[in-house]
Amino acid sequence: MGGYGQPRRVFGVLIRIDSVTKRYPDGTVAVDRLSLEIPDRSITVLVGPSGCGKTTTLRMINRMVEPSEGTILLDGKDIQQQPVNTLRRSMGYVIQNAGLFQHRTIVDNIATVPRMLGWGKDKARSRARELMERVGLDASLAKRYPYQLSGGQQQRVGVARALAADPPVLLMDEPFSAVDPVVRKGLQDELLRIQDELGKTIVFVTHDIDEAVKLGTMVAVMRTGGHLAQFAPPAELLSHPADEFVEDFLGADRGIRRLSFFSSAGLDLLTAPIVAVDATAEQIAARGTGDAPYLLVTDRGGKPLGWGEPRELAADGIRPAELLPYGRPFVAGTDSLRAALDCAVLSPTGWAVAVDAEGRAAGVVSQQAIGEAIRGAHAEGRENGGTTPAKSDTVTKVTG
Amino acid sequence: MNGFFDIPSDLQHSWIGLVGLHLREALLPVLAGLVLALPLAQLCVRFRWLYPPVLWVTTVLYAIPSLAFFVVLIDYTGQTELTVMIPLAVYSLVVLVPAIVDGVRSVPPETLAAAEAMGFGPVRRYVQVQLPIAVPAIIAGLRIAVVSSISLVSVGALIGNQGALGNLLTDALFYHRTELAVNSVLTTAVLAILIDGLLVGLRILLTPWMPSGARPKPKADRPDPAAVALEDVSR
Repeated sequence: MGGYGQPRRVFGVLIRIDSVTKRYPDGTVAVDRLSLEIPDRSITVLVGPSGCGKTTTLRMINRMVEPSEGTILLDGKDIQQQPVNTLRRSMGYVIQNAGLFQHRTIVDNIATVPRMLGWGKDKARSRARELMERVGLDASLAKRYPYQLSGGQQQRVGVARALAADPPVLLMDEPFSAVDPVVRKGLQDELLRIQDELGKTIVFVTHDIDEAVKLGTMVAVMRTGGHLAQFAPPAELLSHPADEFVEDFLGADRGIRRLSFFSSAGLDLLTAPIVAVDATAEQIAARGTGDAPYLLVTDRGGKPLGWGEPRELAADGIRPAELLPYGRPFVAGTDSLRAALDCAVLSPTGWAVAVDAEGRAAGVVSQQAIGEAIRGAHAEGRENGGTTPAKSDTVTKVTG
Repeated sequence: MNGFFDIPSDLQHSWIGLVGLHLREALLPVLAGLVLALPLAQLCVRFRWLYPPVLWVTTVLYAIPSLAFFVVLIDYTGQTELTVMIPLAVYSLVVLVPAIVDGVRSVPPETLAAAEAMGFGPVRRYVQVQLPIAVPAIIAGLRIAVVSSISLVSVGALIGNQGALGNLLTDALFYHRTELAVNSVLTTAVLAILIDGLLVGLRILLTPWMPSGARPKPKADRPDPAAVALEDVSR
């Protein structure tokens, strides 16, 4: 963990939302008897279609919206009993389009809350510069104004500003919705990295289920009318949607997406059908007798070059220019089964190439073997039942 | 003693003195208008229902010709500078209230939400976020108010020589000295242009955060005033 978070009990409940209802004067019910326990030091995502009350729920946590009924406890204390502006300054807030102060420089935007908390100007600014580095902003941008930054950079400033006074809680309201997909992916990865370092309690609102599955330690799916449809870790959401609404919301390819949560570490990688580019005809002939119809040729350093048929290779010698492309490899153990399957599907030979962290060929695996691993992983998921909410610390998210 | 800058002694001022007097009579009302407009505009922003009646009342006041306004006020404030300055302050208020309200309303909602979420109270939010962002709109309003105020001061000449540079016009008639009228018109115009230029400079100084070249554009559905004026002249 980074040096900023105070020591606190790990993975307790930090925010307890207890049968909270928000009813507007005209009778509209935005949130209906919602109860949620938001775990400490993890990302809880509220996701649902528009009008499901997810933003209202978020705004009740820092009292920008006051609940009509029910209570919200922060660290065991009723938030209604705390001075509203003190409460808000103890929670970072990130909003769509960043909402930066256009009349202040980047460094002064980030230093806003520390300044309000009475920090000296120099201390607040040096803290701001430190945070710019943490969120991946170049120090040369410090004296710029928001209009001089791209949307993605502005959103990074928004995150830095929310983190400035080191609040234990971060509220994020569709923060990455207004940027293009490539920038969004970068921001999401950055958020996960920052979260690894700082371990904040993050409540994240989005309408994008993929974003929810990618970022969430726990995901609360909400339906129109402010009801909670399901509250579960993402892997469980994908394997056991509570009802038809959740299933529809997850979309058609939830089976494939669920593979993201299974590690490729269990795959049986074959090393026999791999030859180096300087192999002799005898070595090729000896390797070419295994299960694989093709041989993977690597350079002298072990990096994959492409596929070739054993007979042709033995007869004509290895000519790297004539090898079949091997597509995109997956990193053995680190990448998920989804990534491995994708590699196999994209490979012209139907075999996926696994590499180690340095990019050297670690083995090859067929679509069939991946299919067996998937069946095995699903069977294991069923045995566990998936109904007991996995502890946040046992959910290992696999990239890819 | 008939030079361009030789002012008849009945005005009891040198040319420079008249310029100073003119500026005081023109600018103090704008200042007073601004001081009144700031809280009034904030009320109009916070209580939306208040804005239409305020706009209605100020527009009706703006429709009163300045001379009529002066004459009504003479009963209360006499033939003094104050009689000139009160209507000018009202006119400034009329121009400035909508300018400030529009400027404050132009602050993006996510900026306001972010300020609220960071624990800004209403006053701090108005002073530290809404007003600074409204500066370009406020200065645009000030430019109109100042220029119209500088030109209207001259009308004060009709109520007991309270028109500063405008008094030169009556003297030009009285003494048959055309150059005094030319002096009055030119000096007034130069003053208006100078002060306007100063305000533009102030705007640039106060808003380093504005993209350069992003001047407030005239709204597309409104014709360019200069074009309309030229059309009128050609008729």
